[in-house]
Amino acid sequence: MAEPVVLITDLRFAWTSGEDVLDIATFRLEAGERLFLRGASGSGKSTLLGIIAGVLEASSGQVNVLGRNLSSLKPAARDRLRADHLGVIFQMFNLVPYLSVVGNVTLPLRFSPKRRAAISGEEDDEARRLLARLGLTDETLLARRVSDLSVGQQQRVAAARALIGGPEIVIADEPTSALDADARDRFIELLSEEARRTGAALLFVSHDASLASHFDRSVDLGEINRVGMTV
Amino acid sequence: MSAILALAWKSLMNRKGSVLLTLLAVALSVALFLGVDKARTGAREGFGNTISGTELIVGAPTGSVNLLLYSVFRMGSATAEISWPTYKEIAARPDVDWAVPISLGDSHRGFRVMGTTPDYFDHYKYGRNQDLLLAEGEQFEDLFDAVIGADVARELDYTLGSPMVLSHGLGQADFGSGHENRPFRVVGILAPTGTPVDQTVHVSLEAITAIHVGWETGAKNPLADNITEETIRSFDLTPKTVTAIFLGLKRRGTILTTRREINTNRGEPLMAIIPSQALAELWSVTAIAERALLAVSIFVIAVGVVSILTSILTSLNERRREMSILRAVGARPGHIFALLVLEAGLVGFLGAALGILLIHVLLAVVGPLISAHYGISLIGTGPGLTDLYTLLAVTGAALLAGAIPAWMAFRRSLADGLSIRL
Repeated sequence: MAEPVVLITDLRFAWTSGEDVLDIATFRLEAGERLFLRGASGSGKSTLLGIIAGVLEASSGQVNVLGRNLSSLKPAARDRLRADHLGVIFQMFNLVPYLSVVGNVTLPLRFSPKRRAAISGEEDDEARRLLARLGLTDETLLARRVSDLSVGQQQRVAAARALIGGPEIVIADEPTSALDADARDRFIELLSEEARRTGAALLFVSHDASLASHFDRSVDLGEINRVGMTV
Repeated sequence: MSAILALAWKSLMNRKGSVLLTLLAVALSVALFLGVDKARTGAREGFGNTISGTELIVGAPTGSVNLLLYSVFRMGSATAEISWPTYKEIAARPDVDWAVPISLGDSHRGFRVMGTTPDYFDHYKYGRNQDLLLAEGEQFEDLFDAVIGADVARELDYTLGSPMVLSHGLGQADFGSGHENRPFRVVGILAPTGTPVDQTVHVSLEAITAIHVGWETGAKNPLADNITEETIRSFDLTPKTVTAIFLGLKRRGTILTTRREINTNRGEPLMAIIPSQALAELWSVTAIAERALLAVSIFVIAVGVVSILTSILTSLNERRREMSILRAVGARPGHIFALLVLEAGLVGFLGAALGILLIHVLLAVVGPLISAHYGISLIGTGPGLTDLYTLLAVTGAALLAGAIPAWMAFRRSLADGLSIRL
């Protein structure tokens, strides 16, 4: 079996001058796996994602992403790792207001030569192809300001951005909480399908346990985090 | 970096309204600064170009700046005159090559009248040793001939042969003080020079004496009007006094000695000045005002740059989310820093460029008017090094100012991580 793309052991994290927020013995995300991470708000899931993404630093323990120990990397190297290998989707307001739809999708390529190199052909064509796969084909729609798109459309643009250039890991932090049930299920389907197609491991975080059925595996942050609920 | 520059550009375009206002503030401040600077250098060049080839100017003792102003620039008036015999003495000095006397004090419809000898047109030079050239007609020969400057001809619509009445004193003609029975005739019109010569009516020294026959007491003698042209022509019109003398020396090397000897003249007290030195003296006086003006305009630029800072600072909170997104897609904190610094730099650069454009368009439009009214030529002060340095300095200052919000965003992006706070 291939090495996990994320492997966490004995992770502890505390904000400066505060109690531990996270205390996790072990956490794994396998290559190509679609993992559902359940956590109530305030459970430290955003913190955990920040640590995996390399913008927050663990107080102690090991965080391996794609076989590299994050704590041994300099901040710039962690930023590069994130740029090259991670796609991120937030809960809402994912898009840069002054860029076009396509410009938002190709944004990660500005920061990662590796992901740029992974694309054969024009960047914009690749963006359009991804958008089309996620159900956004209408040219008049693509020409709109991103703030004029519906939330569901915005989230799909964000998904296309997370997937472009074939990163190994896609992290989605409550991406469906602003969507109605139909849009939510459709979004998760499209996202998992695209993740499967590009071979990306999908780490999907939500407080809504009912979504777990869409995924290969499910983990409850409340169970693996020994700090328990923090308020 | 070019990717960040493109982002900065798009970000600015997204906030066109407020960015445009900031841009305008910077542009106006830069235009003000350059306008002050160009007026200053234009005035200096204009003054510096007014006289050349004249080594000394001799007049009655007064301030050297004053002597220069009334003899060359037709500003103010002489406090005293030099007697004719003294002029003869000076002209006869062995070290003097040529001596041109001038006599001022009369005007024609707001333009100064200057009595002189025909030699004036041979020896008076302006700019880079340029001669006064006649555009039309010829030099004065007859007693009532006048050669007028280009501006006089244009503004009063005079052509060759136009009659003119000279008035006593420097005000606009009013009837009582007119020399109505001494009609002059335009015989020559000079080519434009961009100097006070353009605004001068030139007549012979004898003509100045002639128009004052009957005015010897300073006021009009009741009998003056009865004197006919013919009687005047029969008088001895050798002037009794002149206002100043322009001197050319045989050897430039004697300039200081000659000046000292004239200044310590035993007979009538005299004063000799070197035009360029007197000009330098004038500049040292005006330099204080110039510096104050420049300082004010530099502060105005500083206000413009601060307005860039303000506009970015106020946008920072609402852009916190954007910064987190950029971080999430792989931007390093350095990229965030660069983005904001470049936005500030772009506004500074574009604002300064707009300001430079503005002032040059303005100068092209109002330059001719200014030069016509004040004799200060602002034309030919086209885009130069000053503009380039200003552009660079303002851009640099804007980049520096941008570093403040950039640093705040940099720190914040480290602290915020990927979490997006509403």
